[in-house]
Amino acid sequence: MSFDREMLEILKVFFQECREALDAMESGLLTLDASADDESINTIFRAAHSIKGGAATFGFAEVAAFTHGVETMLDGMRNRSRPITAESIQILLQSCDCMREMMMATETEQPLDQARIARLDADIRQILGEPAEPKPALELPAPTDSMNFAQTDGWRISFEPVSDLLRLRNEPTRMFGELQRLGTFVAHADAARLPALEALDPQCCYLSWNLEITGQIPRAALDDIFDWVDPRCRLEFTATGNPGIVPPILSPPEIDKIASLIAASQNTERGAAPATAAHKANAESGSIRVATEKLDNIINLVGELLITQSMLCGFAEGSGPNEPDRLRRALSQLARNTRELQESVMQIRMLPISFAFNRFPRIVHDLSRKLGKKVEIKLIGEGTELDKTVLEKISDPLVHLVRNALDHGLETPEKRLAAGKQECGTLQLAAFHEGGNIIIEVRDDGAGLNKAKILQKARERGLISPDQELTEEQIHNLIFMPGFSTADQISDVSGRGVGMDVVRRNIVDLGGHVQIFGREGRGSTIRIRLPLTLAILDGQLVRVGKETYIISLLSIVETIQLGAEHLNTRVGHAEVFRLREEYLPVVKLCDQFGIEPDSNCTADGLLVVVEADGKRVGLLVDDLLAQQQVVIKSLEANFKSVAGIAGATILGDGTVALIIDVPDLIHSNAEQRRGSAIPQAA
Amino acid sequence: MSNAITANPTAESATRAADAKSAAGSSEQYLTFMLDGEEYGVDILRVQEIKGWDKVTRIPRTPDYVLGVINLRGSVVPILDLRRRFGLETIAFGPTTVVIVVRVAGGHDGRTVGMVVDAVSDVYHVNLADSKPPPDVCGSVDTVFVKALATVEEKMLILLDIDRLIVHSLADDLLPGTEAA
Repeated sequence: MSFDREMLEILKVFFQECREALDAMESGLLTLDASADDESINTIFRAAHSIKGGAATFGFAEVAAFTHGVETMLDGMRNRSRPITAESIQILLQSCDCMREMMMATETEQPLDQARIARLDADIRQILGEPAEPKPALELPAPTDSMNFAQTDGWRISFEPVSDLLRLRNEPTRMFGELQRLGTFVAHADAARLPALEALDPQCCYLSWNLEITGQIPRAALDDIFDWVDPRCRLEFTATGNPGIVPPILSPPEIDKIASLIAASQNTERGAAPATAAHKANAESGSIRVATEKLDNIINLVGELLITQSMLCGFAEGSGPNEPDRLRRALSQLARNTRELQESVMQIRMLPISFAFNRFPRIVHDLSRKLGKKVEIKLIGEGTELDKTVLEKISDPLVHLVRNALDHGLETPEKRLAAGKQECGTLQLAAFHEGGNIIIEVRDDGAGLNKAKILQKARERGLISPDQELTEEQIHNLIFMPGFSTADQISDVSGRGVGMDVVRRNIVDLGGHVQIFGREGRGSTIRIRLPLTLAILDGQLVRVGKETYIISLLSIVETIQLGAEHLNTRVGHAEVFRLREEYLPVVKLCDQFGIEPDSNCTADGLLVVVEADGKRVGLLVDDLLAQQQVVIKSLEANFKSVAGIAGATILGDGTVALIIDVPDLIHSNAEQRRGSAIPQAA
Repeated sequence: MSNAITANPTAESATRAADAKSAAGSSEQYLTFMLDGEEYGVDILRVQEIKGWDKVTRIPRTPDYVLGVINLRGSVVPILDLRRRFGLETIAFGPTTVVIVVRVAGGHDGRTVGMVVDAVSDVYHVNLADSKPPPDVCGSVDTVFVKALATVEEKMLILLDIDRLIVHSLADDLLPGTEAA
């Protein structure tokens, strides 16, 4: 089936709505049980119904037929003639998956998985108590392309409308116009019913027509045109020529011409199909849904910006004594407008985390059934917004963590009862803001982390040496090491030991950080800390020697100028300073980055106290420059990642400045100190 | 010397190019540049632009031949000093010093990298069938970066394998053998 451009746009919307309807169905089904109220069943029913209606309208007969069965089942549940059982919910959930796949296949013009559809359809029919039918029950005008070229060389159409045709907003001349586009078209009007002028009602249609149209026209094309005509109108189609028996006699050049036309049309269709499929795939990942409220806000701001601009233009006209003042005011207004506009535009990229969270009830539902565990899932803070890119990249790690929690963390009902816990385990997904970060927590009340087992496995796998002593935190962190798994058996859920290290790497790639807490027998919590956005950063420009670097304002605790008296001790080779009651190491940026500093004396510089992962250090710089928002540019795009550098940005004067990777510096500083501490201890 | 020079050959050389193309069949166009008295060629289709030398932002913790990064219309582009890369004696940048910006394989969908050379020379047609594989010792350049040697107008051109050169240069710590020139 091929559609023109305009139709493709409408189809895109339809597929988008189908996806939403399916999501709604799924989440509705997951909360459904015998005690469900009418409204929740109605919601599911409505979603199924609109999919069916849409699919039928667009001629996706198979989707419509399949959905029809689902709808019938839901209808039974709705009017309480059919019980809501776990089994039927399961089948409906599977049907959701199936419909989603059918939609996807239809959208990308791939063949449907007929076997699976037939199997589920049979299941549904069995529940409904209907005999399984191999063919779709719904009748739909779905002519195939081969049927389109029936062996006709024209049609004679007899069209006798009802007299109130015009009142029903049917416009015969428009239909004739459409027909004219299909081929050579002649209309003979029959004015026999036309009354005398005094009796004539101008709003009535007294004419009827005999229409003749020549050309190889598929019947479906005619049906399309007369689709909306009132059914009371008399409408007869007769194929002219000798349909289906003798092919029309054409001269050889004509045949050649037609053959080449057909070939051309087939070629374009064939060529276009993969291209549109690819285009659709791109559009899906590249598009974003924006709340109207956010767009309105931007439009308002652009309006304000225009006012400011015209105000500034006004100053070019004349210059009075007060001009500099007014100009300055206007400029500060411009600055404010631009900043607000930027914030609003950034808001567009922010999506609620429910986009990632919403799939978990289903995953938990399926997986807990499979594992024979009872699990209740709680979602907290689903409205918390974060950047689309971050959201997309965090989804897979989250799935992994949830699967892990279900497989390793939560126990079977028997074990839980034996341990004196409630039979049903709880898995909690929470998201909230903390400072400039977003925190996502996956918490379960399962068995928790078995330290002895982790240590034993790590030693078995040679990840640590047998006599190595580790702190509790270090033991917990072992599970993030590549190749680590405590599972005794490898299942298809987890246990292969690839996973947690990938989870951690994904999170670190996003500029985030993952921590694990837990008490044995009481459950465990995995806490992910992510930056809100990857695109923009509030930066503090600092000068080191002749070079300018940027430190994220979020990581800066404070900036101090040290007197030599605070810089008292040297532990090992590292210089430390005393900040109130705390001793913090000094990290000299000039040494780290090989820069010639203004002065070699630490006391001459400024210490920017930065914090990451709960650790603090003082970064020694020569001077503080401006604070500004910077757009983060990746160094990797054209170069590669550099230790200690998080990225680059372009400053107002067009030069590039590098952004300091504070967590990396703190981490490598700790490593260095550990490295230098060992020889001392030995 | 901050104005960009167009990478396209002049009208004259374009006609010459067209003539040569029709005569030679499978020939490729190479942009040549000078480096320490020798003439090197890069596939002209890889050349994005040629620009004058301008100040760069140094990147710490990188090999010395990575001079730094520049802002090329909003993207951050690294600049490599080919003299240093090939272990040649360094000279002060003069009025003919230019940056050849090339597109190479790697990254997500290719990388844009600038190379500082002594001067641009010309655009030649090189018939690859007539060129020779590089000998073991080839001027001052490690032969892994040399695609072929070609003789054009009695001159020897060293045709560089630009993809390999840039990939090796950016992954400096992976291939110890290529560091020594």
